[in-house]
Amino acid sequence: MAEYQNIFNTVQVRTEPHHGVELPKGELSRQGKPVFVWLLGKIGDAQFGPIHLGVAGTVSAVCFVMALLIIGMNFSASVHYNPIEFIRLFPWLALEPPAPQYGLGLAPMNEGGWWQMAGFFLTMSLLIWWWHVYNRARALGLGTHMAWAFASAIFLFLTLGFIRPLLLGNWSEAVPFGIFAHLDWTAAFSLRYGNLYYNPFHMLSIAFLYGSAVLFAMHGATILAVSHLGGDREVEQITDRGTAAERAALFWRWTMGFNATMESIHRWAWWFAVLTPLTGAIGMLLTGTVVENWYLWGIDHGLVPTYPAIADPVVTDPALAQ
Amino acid sequence: MSIFKQKGPTPVLVSYAVWILLGVGLLHVVLFWAMNHTTSVQAGYRGTGMQTITATNKPAPAPLPAVVAPVEAGKDLAKDVYLNVQVLGNLKTEEFNRLMEQITAWVSPKEGCFYCHSDQGLDVDQPYTKVVSRRMIEMTQFINANWTSHTQPSGVTCYTCHRGKPVPANIWYTEPANTTVGLGNDAGQNKPSIGLTAMQRDVFTPFLMNANQIRVEGVTSLPKKGTVGKGPTLQSTEATYSLMVHISKALGVNCTHCHNTQSTADWSLSTPQRVTAWHGLNMIRAINTEYLAPLASVMPAKRLDGSALLGPTGDAPKANCATCHNGENKPVQGVSLVETFPELKGPVAAPGKTAAK
Repeated sequence: MAEYQNIFNTVQVRTEPHHGVELPKGELSRQGKPVFVWLLGKIGDAQFGPIHLGVAGTVSAVCFVMALLIIGMNFSASVHYNPIEFIRLFPWLALEPPAPQYGLGLAPMNEGGWWQMAGFFLTMSLLIWWWHVYNRARALGLGTHMAWAFASAIFLFLTLGFIRPLLLGNWSEAVPFGIFAHLDWTAAFSLRYGNLYYNPFHMLSIAFLYGSAVLFAMHGATILAVSHLGGDREVEQITDRGTAAERAALFWRWTMGFNATMESIHRWAWWFAVLTPLTGAIGMLLTGTVVENWYLWGIDHGLVPTYPAIADPVVTDPALAQ
Repeated sequence: MSIFKQKGPTPVLVSYAVWILLGVGLLHVVLFWAMNHTTSVQAGYRGTGMQTITATNKPAPAPLPAVVAPVEAGKDLAKDVYLNVQVLGNLKTEEFNRLMEQITAWVSPKEGCFYCHSDQGLDVDQPYTKVVSRRMIEMTQFINANWTSHTQPSGVTCYTCHRGKPVPANIWYTEPANTTVGLGNDAGQNKPSIGLTAMQRDVFTPFLMNANQIRVEGVTSLPKKGTVGKGPTLQSTEATYSLMVHISKALGVNCTHCHNTQSTADWSLSTPQRVTAWHGLNMIRAINTEYLAPLASVMPAKRLDGSALLGPTGDAPKANCATCHNGENKPVQGVSLVETFPELKGPVAAPGKTAAK
């Protein structure tokens, strides 16, 4: 008899592989013979496959591979196709957007043109994958919540690499493809536009991001804590509250005076997750377009605390004395 | 039976192996973070992040070379006794010889006098190092006379940069333009750079030779009409940032040595050290353009020992913050060696005229 544990689940359900429901006529078939992987069962369902890509998924995957190839080949070329250097320097390697002088035009291939092409394929891949996600949900008779949450993340991606550069009239404002390069870009962005921490939408985005983590932990803990009372059947308990739901609710009312319900906790989580990239994207869209320096903007709006002077006398700009 | 296909409960050995791996991994993380080689001192109002962070595992600085004992100066001037003394001619011969001896100890203690002098005669302008060292003495006097805003109170001597080596440890050359065709343009960055970032490597040519604008932060809260998208670019911001990382590394200090994280641009929030650094950037630009870069015309492509002297674009070796600072906030631990050689404080006037300023 399988034994059930609360934190590290050792139960692996093994039946005949599940091939999924019948597909509508005209759909491309599912690919691959399902296999069971014991280690996969340690973190989720042990069954791997079959996978369904359909037309949209296939086109999206091809676009993604194209973007990956362009970026990867540029990385390789920048280390003269040396595989050891490729691995050693991988965190530093990057594909840069066009230099400022090219504005919104097409840049020469080796001066940003490859970035534009990789960006095009990556964007196409994401947009088509969104369509795939939307359609799979429809095909399974699900709501489209996942598609819209994904759309929120895509909106942030488009804001950084497409919409905001468009508004500022320059591709050079966009993010490079590279690990350290995109982190350097982020730091430079904050330095250029006067400390992003004074951007209220950045604050909101951080609040939703950290809030998502807290909600995730609270919800996961609550359900695990009441699962031996049947609390894992959350969906039924939305309308038919059993002792698990009652006890969980009572626990939160005792500890913080208020409790979410079996239904509303999922809305909380969904909205926190969706609002994280959405508010972040708004903050980015405003930067450089309607606000030039967030620190000075913060001073204008009473957001910046004042502290005792660092130096006596207060330091002044030496360039003014010249 | 492969553990990938295992059915039923986890084998005990696998369980133990997983826990041991996790434990060892965690131990490494803890040890890595626990190994802290810095001290942090509060240097501003609480909670503002104004901390002075210093490394505690720096190697002890090398002992300073002995100062040649002062001599009793006679009446004869170096220019009257020796041939071809162009810069230090107004020194008394005894002072002149004392300085020559000291320069050997500062710059070429192993190589000796003949690193810069020819056995054909001490007055011969051969090898090229003779011409270079004459210009370097002028540069030292120029810095001490005109750049007290950066170098006071200690001033500079040959030893500030040379540290007992004919070639200072930290010099730079202009990076040649990127010539990759087709693909793989790294844009002068995107390889390990200053302080391990992926930002521009050669920030010295734009800022310490040419006077490219270092200030990139927006100066108004809202963009002025017609300026949207026309201000400093993110690429030039990264260049400035990379230069700042260079200063930080060269001095062994963190950002808040000069800046306040509230606003890196606002001078009223900054420390007085930022003003000193500002003068330093102007100083280094002056000595690179007026003293170091022009030396390319008298330098051969290779040094006496066969190593490359000129850079890939044919330029002379030049100075940046690290050339003098060598990882120290105050070069040579702030010891003023120039006091022992007042002739380095500025051009030496002929006797009877006003002394050097």
